[in-house]
Order: sequence, then structure tokens, then C-alpha cells
Amino acid sequence: MLRQLPQPPTPTTMNPTNSFREATAGLWRNNVALVQLLGLCPLLAVSTTLVNGLALGVMTTAVLVVANTAMSLMRRVLLPAVRVPLYLLLLAALVTSLDLLTHALFYELHEVLGLFLPLIVVNCGLLAHAESVASRRPVGFVMLSAVALGFGFMFALMALGGARELLGHGTLLAGIEMLTGEAGAGLSVDLPFGGMLVAILPPGGFFAMALLLALRNHLTAIAATDAVRAEPAFPEAPR
Amino acid sequence: MASTEGHGLGTVLLVGIVAVAAAFLVKSSDNWSRDRIAANERARVVARLNSVLDPALRSRDLTTTSLGITDPTLLGSDGPIDVFVLSAAGQPVAVLFASVAPHGYNASIGLLIGVSPAGEITGVRAVRHRETTGLGDAIDAAKSDWIEQFAGKTLAAPAAALWAVEQDDGEFDSITGATVTSRAVVTAVKSTLLYFEQHRDELYAAAAAAAANADDDEPD
Repeated sequence: MLRQLPQPPTPTTMNPTNSFREATAGLWRNNVALVQLLGLCPLLAVSTTLVNGLALGVMTTAVLVVANTAMSLMRRVLLPAVRVPLYLLLLAALVTSLDLLTHALFYELHEVLGLFLPLIVVNCGLLAHAESVASRRPVGFVMLSAVALGFGFMFALMALGGARELLGHGTLLAGIEMLTGEAGAGLSVDLPFGGMLVAILPPGGFFAMALLLALRNHLTAIAATDAVRAEPAFPEAPR
Repeated sequence: MASTEGHGLGTVLLVGIVAVAAAFLVKSSDNWSRDRIAANERARVVARLNSVLDPALRSRDLTTTSLGITDPTLLGSDGPIDVFVLSAAGQPVAVLFASVAPHGYNASIGLLIGVSPAGEITGVRAVRHRETTGLGDAIDAAKSDWIEQFAGKTLAAPAAALWAVEQDDGEFDSITGATVTSRAVVTAVKSTLLYFEQHRDELYAAAAAAAANADDDEPD
């Protein structure tokens, strides 16, 4: 299976550790929002609070894992030409159901996220992942990489949402009762300052995104320098 | 054969299976959630009844009788809509309509319209809408006070010809960039008033009958 990949530079180095490393790349090294810069529309629009980010992240991950697992199971039979249409059909059905269930179970949350749930269908980060990974790799690998990708996206959503909520509203986890019922209402924190409105508005979303990208690039640069010092002979294989 | 190339027949079968499974999934989630969503929407409307009530009545202990009324022409929905008749000591003091404005920009708009026994609007709220963010969503009382302009209006004042948005030579302000939305709401409020004027006595009689029934049965 692995040998038929288009461009594995050195097939002999493909061992379980590398495979795991590759599957979990979506978490940080190849994060869909922070590195591929895909799916930014829901990312910036929804990430006004931590709870919104968490909710959309969980839903995106759930859809991603189910749809990609199904695609992986079907990959040997499917003609490549119908992959994308079939994947869209799968995604549309899953997301429609999810939208209805959310509306029934988390009515308040649905009022807030409303428009952005259906947009999961056309999240190009998910489509790219389905075409490049789910249609070529075995089920276990695909499930792991889908979870990693989803959590990576959720991390970006929550980091942005948390930062913007903190700066914009002066609260954290406000609205958690939309997810947990009244039991969780005590979890939200109200900080003793009013907040800057700009952090909630769209420009604040772009500022926060820029700062998060800068932070990520900085951390990557540090890690790369360390790696070169430790093991200069083997730079990471080109993708 | 390489595993990524696939088969024609298998593909046809798979597409069929996935299509059927997708249809089944969507249909069953719709069946499961439809009543719950309706109940959620209704609970939200009931929770907001006070917002369209005459402020003087808000603190009083009123009997609320809900009726299901169907009038596609005037109330905007093919199915029954909720009408709440509020009464004090057996006398109706307000009628609240969960009317629908069918011609919103993106979808129909769910309104809650309070009418006093004299036929005067006591308040209007948009309780369900999908109007464009930043433009049409100004009908939401949380976003702007546009919807407050209906308070105090009756069918007689303004005159029938002026019951329209300013673009249609009417008296009502419209939201900049959202004339369609504004027109939909103004029209729905006007036709709800028309319905009230034509069916006032029927509504009161139905509410009295329902209240009498409720006294006989267990309170729910």
C-alpha cells in the first residue's frame, strides 16, 4: 500500500513510528488552520468565544472522522473520478443530520453557530484531507489522522476563541451552559475588566489569527534550530 | 490492479448504497428532531411573551390561553400558528400572535406581535429569522430598535395606504440595505392586525371555551 504512494522519497524508512508521526501531523506540524491556512471562514467567524470554538471544533472533528473512515473503507472499490462527489454526498448527509440534532438538543448553541454548521461541508481543509489521505491509506491510519486534523482545527478555534473572548468580553467559557445545561453555568469566569470590543469584531479575528500564526512560526523556528543542532545529517524529508 | 484504481461496477453499487444510506440518515434525524425543534422554538416564544406586552400588564397575574389558528393569507403560515389570549378576571387584556412573515429575504421570519383589545400594537419581536447579518438582522431587538416603531400603531393610524415602508410611500422607516426584510415585517404586522380586527370575537370565544375546558380537566 505504502509503496504505491506518489512520492515517498525513501520507502525503506517507512516504519510504524514514521507512519504515526505522519498521521498525527495535522495536530501541529501540518495544522489545517495554522499551516495549511484552510477553513478560515468558519475559523474567524465563529471564534468569538471559547465555547463557540469548542463546539464547532467538536462537530467538525466528528464529521471528519466518520466521513474519512467511510471513504477509507471504500477506497479500493471506488473509481477516482467519483471520489469527490461521493465524499460531498457523505459530508452533506452527515452535516445535515448534525445540524438537525444540534438544533433539537442545543437550541441556543444552534442559534449562535447556525450558519457555520452547514459550512463544514465545504471546508476545503476537510476536502483536501479526504482526497490526499482518506482515499489512499488504510482505515487505522485515516482514523488517527482525521482525529489529529480535527483536534488541530479545534485547537486553533479554541485558542483564537479563548483569546478573543478574554480580550473582548473579559470572560472565559461564557455560554458553557449552552453545552452542559445549567450544571456547567458555574464554570464560566468573569474577569474584572470590560474588554475591548475590537477583539470580537472581524478585524480582531484577523489580528488574533496573525498573532497566533506568528507564535506558531516562532515555536517552529526554535524547534528547527534545535533539531539541526541535535542531528544535522537528516533534515526532514520534503513533502 | 493498483488498489487506488477502483472498479466500475463496484463504484456504481457503492454510490447507490451511500446515497440510500445518506437519505435514510437525513430522514431519520429529521423525524427525530422535528418535534423537538418545534418545542424549542415554542418555548422560546413563550419565554418572550412579556417583551411584546403592554408594560403596565407585565407584572400582573394573567391567564394565558394558547390557541392554534390557521390562516395562510393573514397569519403567513400554512399550518396553525400559536395565538395567546391573555386575560385578567375573565376579561381579555391582550392577544399575542406568533405570526409568520413569509417573504423574508432568506427565509420566512417568525414574529411575535402583541395587540391590545383596542387593536393597538403593544410590541413586535422577531423570534426566528435568517436575515443577512449586518443588514436585515437589524429587525432583531438586540441589534437595533427598528422594530420598536410599531408600538402604538393601529389599523386606523396610520391610514391603510401608509401601512408600508417609506419606499412604497408608506410611513414606516425601512432598514438601510434591507428593504425586502422591512417590507416583509411591515406587511405581516398589518395583516395580523387585519386578522385581529376580523376575528376578535371568535378569538375571545375560543379562548373562553378553552379556559373553561382547562378548568374541568387537570391543569397541564
